[in-house]
Amino acid sequence: MAISLTPAAANRVEKFLANRGKGIGLRLGVKTTGCSGMAYTLEFVDDLNPEDMAFESHGVKVIVDPKSLAYIDGTELDFTKEGLNEGFKFNNPNVKDECGCGESFTV
Amino acid sequence: MALLQISEPGQSTAPHQHKLAAGIDLGTTNSLVATVRSGLSSVLVDDDGHALLPSVVRYLPEGNVEVGYSAQAAQSQDPANTIVSAKRFMGRGLKDIDISMQPYHFVDNNNEMLQIETRAGIKSPVEISAEILKILKTRAEKSLGGELVGVVITVPAYFDDAQRQATKDAARIAGLNVLRLLNEPTAAAVAYGLDNASEGTYVIYDLGGGTFDVSILKLSRGVFEVLATNGDSALGGDDFDRRIFCWILEESKCKPVNAHDTRLLLTKAREAKEWLTDHAQAQITSVLSTGELINVTLTTKQFNELTQTLVQKTLTPTKKALRDAGLSIEDIKGVVMVGGATRMPQIRLAVADFFKQTPLTNLDPDKVVALGAAIQANTLAGNRSDADLLLLDVIPLSLGLETMGGLVEKVIPRNSTLPIARAQEFTTFKDGQTAMSIHVLQGERELVSDCRSLARFELRGIPPMVAGAARIRVTFTVDADGLLSVSAVEATSNIEANIVVKPSYGLSEEQILTMLQSSFGAAEADKEARALAEAKVDAESLLLAIKAALDKDGDLLNAEEKAEISAKMDALEANIHEPYRAGLADEIHATTELLNNATEAFAAKRMDKSVSLALAGQDLSTLEI
Repeated sequence: MAISLTPAAANRVEKFLANRGKGIGLRLGVKTTGCSGMAYTLEFVDDLNPEDMAFESHGVKVIVDPKSLAYIDGTELDFTKEGLNEGFKFNNPNVKDECGCGESFTV
Repeated sequence: MALLQISEPGQSTAPHQHKLAAGIDLGTTNSLVATVRSGLSSVLVDDDGHALLPSVVRYLPEGNVEVGYSAQAAQSQDPANTIVSAKRFMGRGLKDIDISMQPYHFVDNNNEMLQIETRAGIKSPVEISAEILKILKTRAEKSLGGELVGVVITVPAYFDDAQRQATKDAARIAGLNVLRLLNEPTAAAVAYGLDNASEGTYVIYDLGGGTFDVSILKLSRGVFEVLATNGDSALGGDDFDRRIFCWILEESKCKPVNAHDTRLLLTKAREAKEWLTDHAQAQITSVLSTGELINVTLTTKQFNELTQTLVQKTLTPTKKALRDAGLSIEDIKGVVMVGGATRMPQIRLAVADFFKQTPLTNLDPDKVVALGAAIQANTLAGNRSDADLLLLDVIPLSLGLETMGGLVEKVIPRNSTLPIARAQEFTTFKDGQTAMSIHVLQGERELVSDCRSLARFELRGIPPMVAGAARIRVTFTVDADGLLSVSAVEATSNIEANIVVKPSYGLSEEQILTMLQSSFGAAEADKEARALAEAKVDAESLLLAIKAALDKDGDLLNAEEKAEISAKMDALEANIHEPYRAGLADEIHATTELLNNATEAFAAKRMDKSVSLALAGQDLSTLEI
């Protein structure tokens, strides 16, 4: 398994990285917080940690630490618009249940 | 489903803890709202994809308020109730403005901030601006999917204390938390990323709809310092429209026209001005209410001649600012163009000619201020790890006190960097004087009558002593927003009078409260809408859960049970998609409850099944009971 981006998401990440002027890729992760267990994190990457796993999707480097990977392996990150709002969305096959807003989840 | 944005390394927030912040450019002609998402500042658009919100507010006969394009379209039919360029009146008294060209019914408010009589009652410019801010707030919250923690609102560098206070009051009425008022030129510099650029001195030339500002910013080690600001708070793109308007009247040999035709022709004039940016000539045709036909052609050459004095009028403050900063043209590293009016080719040429270099125009001049404000708001809200953006601003006009003979004693000279506190000692004039009146003024002139009065207050309880013996220490403090507070202490006796300073044109606490309360009139409707949204979310999540359960364990139910559940699901589904009406939220709650009850038995069966599955095939001894 691996982590992948949709073309729309990859396109956006490239644009944001270019605008930021630095950074080697995108970090996906989870942390234990939120209303139903786990919450996603999405960050720019400046430095790699030795244990990091790297994937490549549509030319974008995706970094995940091994602990997080257990929860989000197989995830496809999408970029979508909902009304006036727009942003990234995790399509995570491991999720059993998520909170009403989808920001946190349980596996 | 919440949509996520990319954070800086280590800056991911917990769910529901995102600090949503926006930058608002509350302009004379157009207003905008922008925000930083995934590190990129972008202007937010409305449902129709428009970024600009015309700063036009119309009070409708049925009591509603219309803001933006629809209000702008109604300008010529309903000029008295359609307020354009309200920003020009912010913090201003009737004597400050030329009312001859305005179609409104002004109300003189005893030398306080002027008011306008509309069919919805008497409105202050603060309330009118608050209507614009409310629309931008809603747009931002819809786009960001949550409530704003705060905003940065930009103001012209030339705004005095009363005008800044009026802007803050408007934000408060609109329910916005102002993180900072930011000078427009400083915002523009931030948007152009000059903080990441090489060090040097830059000029921000901002010709907006109603105001002209020129600022000289010095960038050293990533810090902006405003060296000087100057400008003309009554010069902008609107004046170019007026020149064309006057020219049309002359050219067509018209008599003075009524308010309706004035609006109509001003709109035509603006269209012609915009057309001439990319075309050599513009055709202006219109039929007046008197039946007179207007049909004239304006060429670029004629337009340039008509407006040449206006263009020149921008260069005088530019020269003054340079002189204040002690700089010459050779010291200027770059010139940033801001404001829609800088699209006019004659402006760009004049500026290029004056500074002997091509000005920066690659960002949209209408959006650049909002983009910079958003970047600043994002930093102030605490969403950036490298909060290295330290903005040093200066006060645009000197602050002082009235002394004997109607003279002004300056306490804080103009172009002092903010925040600042300065104290000065004064004394009594007469033997046995026990009170002193303190009159706070703003301006560069020497006579009180030529400066702007900001506040008056009295220090009482000075112990009687001979003239000149009392020592009264007056402290002026200007905070990072450029707002002033003044205090006075009598030093020999150490008595301190507690004084609240109100800008003469600000609103009293009471007035603000009344305005806030009237906005609470809409609270009931807001509450109902919120309840409905919550009920729908609850219902949808229950439907999803049941659908998933049916897919998995539908075989646990007989046909009758299945039919009952699916009927109740259909009922709820239909409920959710009904258009808004009073009481719908309660109804959805009730239908949700019914569905919940209907599935109770099903839930129990599923529970039994999973328990027996979990236990099946396991040795009793391995189970921890």
